[in-house]
Amino acid sequence: MITPMEFLMWTKGPLFQLALTIFALGLLARLVEIFVLGRAHNYAVPRGSAVVGGLRTLYKRFHTDPGTFKSAPFDVVVGIIWHTGFIIALLLFIPHVELIKSTFGIAWPALPNPVVDAITAITLLGLLAALAHRLLHPVKKFLSTPGDYVIWAVTFLPLLTGYLAYHRVINPYPLALGLHILTVEVFLIVLPFTKLTHIFTVWLARYYNGATFGRKGVQS
Amino acid sequence: MASSHHQPTDGRPAPPRQPDAQPSLGEILRRNGVSRRGFLKFCAATASMMALPPSMAPAIAKTLETARRPSVIWLSFQECTGCTESLTRSFAPTVENLILDTISLDYHHTLQAAAGEAAEQAREAAMQANMGEYLVVVDGSLPGPGANPGYSTIAGVSNYDMLMDTVKGAAAVVAVGTCAAFGGLPKADPNPSGAVAVQDLVKDKPVINVSGCPPVPMVITGVLAQFLTFGKLPELDQYNRPRAFFGQAIHDRCYRRPFYDKGLFAESFDDEGAKKGWCLYRLGCKGPMTYNACATMKWNGGTSWPVEAGAPCLGCSEPDFWDAGGFYKALSVPPGKPGDTLLAAGAAGAAVGLAAGVMGRRKVKAAAKAHRTVTADELEQKL
Repeated sequence: MITPMEFLMWTKGPLFQLALTIFALGLLARLVEIFVLGRAHNYAVPRGSAVVGGLRTLYKRFHTDPGTFKSAPFDVVVGIIWHTGFIIALLLFIPHVELIKSTFGIAWPALPNPVVDAITAITLLGLLAALAHRLLHPVKKFLSTPGDYVIWAVTFLPLLTGYLAYHRVINPYPLALGLHILTVEVFLIVLPFTKLTHIFTVWLARYYNGATFGRKGVQS
Repeated sequence: MASSHHQPTDGRPAPPRQPDAQPSLGEILRRNGVSRRGFLKFCAATASMMALPPSMAPAIAKTLETARRPSVIWLSFQECTGCTESLTRSFAPTVENLILDTISLDYHHTLQAAAGEAAEQAREAAMQANMGEYLVVVDGSLPGPGANPGYSTIAGVSNYDMLMDTVKGAAAVVAVGTCAAFGGLPKADPNPSGAVAVQDLVKDKPVINVSGCPPVPMVITGVLAQFLTFGKLPELDQYNRPRAFFGQAIHDRCYRRPFYDKGLFAESFDDEGAKKGWCLYRLGCKGPMTYNACATMKWNGGTSWPVEAGAPCLGCSEPDFWDAGGFYKALSVPPGKPGDTLLAAGAAGAAVGLAAGVMGRRKVKAAAKAHRTVTADELEQKL
């Protein structure tokens, strides 16, 4: 039988390497393909700068469109809350910064643990609210595919297991930490092949959109 | 008279036990110069360690005072004697030490004077005299039944045979140290001697694990004191460790914890952070996953403990701590070189993406080439 420590070392060691391999291979393959395919040549005379337009939209999409907010305030507010919380928990928790430092060689200051703890709790509640809304809202429910629920779970579980490990709800600790790492590995493995790819492609989409309009001289 | 309650160091079998003829623990302590006050202080500490209300201290004192010397057989297998050192090398004769002196340590390689056949006879005699009542303390792991017994033998007897034979008449088994409790260093990968822990072999007797490399002396004596006082085993955690001592993580009781929460770390062993006593997480401290009493009871009579001395916790009271990654690598840092994996896989992914992109472009070009233009007349003719 596998011991909790063996499980932890397995998730930290070979499985982490495997997950990183699939993640990097899949993501780079998809991104490079998008770049290489490029865009159809536009023969019209440009009326403005594509680059400036692209960069402007990259930023301006952070502003919520008033029409969208009016028609779906819940999605805007809850969406912003849990996306922000997820990014903070991922990038500003001390042990995560240590991991990033060991993998990429770069590090940055982290937030105090109680702050990250509170933000994680809010993020978990935000994700639960998002799921409830998806199940209760007739249109959202109609539009949801099984894949949407799977991706919700894949996103929710790393946060949940991390929260439980931090508060020592699961014992022994190597099992708790191993479970957390395992759920993150599932996240990494499915990321390049599901809608989670939007973490990276959203920036391309924004830029291309803005560039198209910028070239046409749209004042946006 | 003396032979009735002293270790049979001359190799002669111990005489049958005569409980009434033996001095009680209280008598022995007083004879050794331990004051009533010092003894009660120890009892109060024991009560608090065992998470009992302070009102239990007099009860502990009363029971300990009248407790008779239980026979203890101490088996040392694949070990380094560090656990015995921990127990015996205190700065001054402490109450804990005297408690240990008052148990009838009938067999202990390091501490007994007898050797060879005489020593083995002492063990057998103690077993026969105290059948069903004696405590077996084990330090060190031992080659499992499937392993080559030649890796560790005593007087020509394999560790496995000696353990199983000795445990038969025991009331309980106390596995002292991480080797006895979980296999420890001998069991570390690749485990050449096929080492196993005591609890892997002893299934029909209660096994208490007092882990640590070595365990805190007070924890060893505390467990023995509890057994003497209540005559039963303490409440155990999932690893069969007394919850009173192993119930909380080092991290949760560490005096450097506020620095962890604030994100203030020593980055090396001699930087400003180290000098200011900041958290040692980045230097590999395993406090978050280690359950032990170091942070509260400290070492060397409450003088200090590893983290206070500036050394990160190695996690020595946890199973498989030798194989838990580098001692000086932060807990969240994986073994190996994940950066290299990421680069190599990323490069391979980029190549795949490039190939897919080029193929896609070719397809577009081929489609453009194959595109035939039609005139309105041609279309009308088709209709």
